[in-house]
Amino acid sequence: MFKIFRLMATTLLLAATAAQAQLTVEITGAGANRIPVAIANFAGDGLLPQALTGVVRADLERSGLFKLVDPGTTPVPENAAIDLNQWKDRGADALALASILPAPGGRYEVRMRLYDIARQNKPDGMIFLFGAATVRETGHRIADFIHEKLTGERGVYSTRIAYVVKTGKSYELKVDDADGQNPRTALRSSEPIISPAWSPDGTRLAYVSFQAKKPIIYVHSLATGTQTVVANFKGSNSAPAWSPDGKRLAVVLTKDGSSQIYSINADGSGLTRVAGSTTIDTEPQFSPDGQHLYFTSDRGGSPQIYRVAATGGTAERVTFEGSYNVSPRLSPDGKMLAYVSRNGGRFQVTVMDLASRQIQILTDSSRDESPSFAPNSRTILYASEVGGRGVLSAVSSDGRVKQKLSGQAGGDVREPAWGPFNQP
Amino acid sequence: MQTSASKIAIATLTLALLAGCSSSGPEQPAAPTESKTPVAPASPSGTPVAPPAVSGKTMTPEEALMASLKDPNSPLSKRIIYFDYDSYAIKDSYASLVSAHAKVLVANPKLKMLIQGNTDERGSREYNLALGQKRAEAVKRALMLLGVQEAQIESVSLGEEKPRMEGSDEAAYAENRRSEMLYSGEF
Repeated sequence: MFKIFRLMATTLLLAATAAQAQLTVEITGAGANRIPVAIANFAGDGLLPQALTGVVRADLERSGLFKLVDPGTTPVPENAAIDLNQWKDRGADALALASILPAPGGRYEVRMRLYDIARQNKPDGMIFLFGAATVRETGHRIADFIHEKLTGERGVYSTRIAYVVKTGKSYELKVDDADGQNPRTALRSSEPIISPAWSPDGTRLAYVSFQAKKPIIYVHSLATGTQTVVANFKGSNSAPAWSPDGKRLAVVLTKDGSSQIYSINADGSGLTRVAGSTTIDTEPQFSPDGQHLYFTSDRGGSPQIYRVAATGGTAERVTFEGSYNVSPRLSPDGKMLAYVSRNGGRFQVTVMDLASRQIQILTDSSRDESPSFAPNSRTILYASEVGGRGVLSAVSSDGRVKQKLSGQAGGDVREPAWGPFNQP
Repeated sequence: MQTSASKIAIATLTLALLAGCSSSGPEQPAAPTESKTPVAPASPSGTPVAPPAVSGKTMTPEEALMASLKDPNSPLSKRIIYFDYDSYAIKDSYASLVSAHAKVLVANPKLKMLIQGNTDERGSREYNLALGQKRAEAVKRALMLLGVQEAQIESVSLGEEKPRMEGSDEAAYAENRRSEMLYSGEF
């Protein structure tokens, strides 16, 4: 059956920036069993201001889960009669064909058909209606569709990421497509911006800005550009983390001395203290079911990750190996804990399987920070450093696929945060 | 000169007291009523320092005090306390510096101070923010032990975000592990 999606024009009030700050993605490792897939040139691609086929191919290839089979240069319409054995002989386990047609109102329609040659299922198909301004989004959605049909899990090509770019003394909070090719500036400041966190509905970013000469937590509406102060108490205000229902934020305040974890409504009301100690408690993160808060504390003499009920109570230590385990992040499926561990002076993204408590160091770099799970839990985006410059990297949660996203603008790229599936 | 003598007196009196105690180990009690005559404070090298003044404009006592706090010849112009790696203990060598600032805050209860704690760049930004807070808090507590009112001081952290020295070597790290003291009007 054909599914019809209608791409709504998203009216993000983000300052338009030229393509100068795009990130390029370099795959430095790939999955062991990549699915060979042929994406034939879409018929009618020339009607569009930007080729759709290339967006789909680049997405699938970048994931490290697919191997692109050479489809030749001839466009093949979606409804063409084809000989699947011929494609099988070329090594393809799957084949995607598509046609682009003009639609009323200056819009376009793309019809796509996906043949699962290996499993010989009936072909799947879909139709997208889209405008000239949403070619890339459409490509990401087609890639998501192919990804899900062939792997059984949701693709994240049409999700967004946020990160901070420091260029000289200027800091910019960017919102970008997951492929780093569509950066828009949500906020520009001459003071540092850290710890961006997506609201679960993808409409807002919480972050810490130093624009008032001290750390204050703001929530920023991406649709309107409105910046609202959530926590500006005496001392430092930092480390915002959304509750899964998007109503509250776990925050770290120092109004009573050292860094302590509180919970507060997204409008800044209803402050309650969650955990209490005289030592450092910071970097709270809700578990996906909202029942627990994971956080970093030095209460045991070195920074380690602990867990406490979201309503408060006795904390339980989670990490034991090594003397520096920080920045806990729960996978959206609730099965894994990613964090940064220090190993012989190197800071590396590490993942713990929460059921077995087994840990695995995922990277071979040495300055990793700020891990952030993709909404499908398969990939972890993180900040790293190459040649003294901040870059974003990504690693699959099994450690097999590695990617490097390098900015071309010469800035330091840091503080990545991967947005949710359901983005407006 | 339009600056009134009494205003100069307030500013220079504080400076004189501080100049007197800055190099001595044992703490001296602040005695703001000890002298009624303006005293030109001695700089560390012994050269007299002219009372601060802004020509063509009358200085408030606060402005005069602020000018004196910035005087490079005053110990009060020293605002930075450095820390060891992963530590927020104030070293003994900073005792006289802390006590000099405590005296000016005690003598001027309306004066406010912002203490900014900082760390080197290694590790988590948020954890470093918490560590910087500990460094700011340590200075705040030291000042409070010397009689400064808590309401006068705000301790905040800038974490690793505001390095004094760029770079990824021990020299830069050491320069960046610090607390800085700022007075009203400076933040």
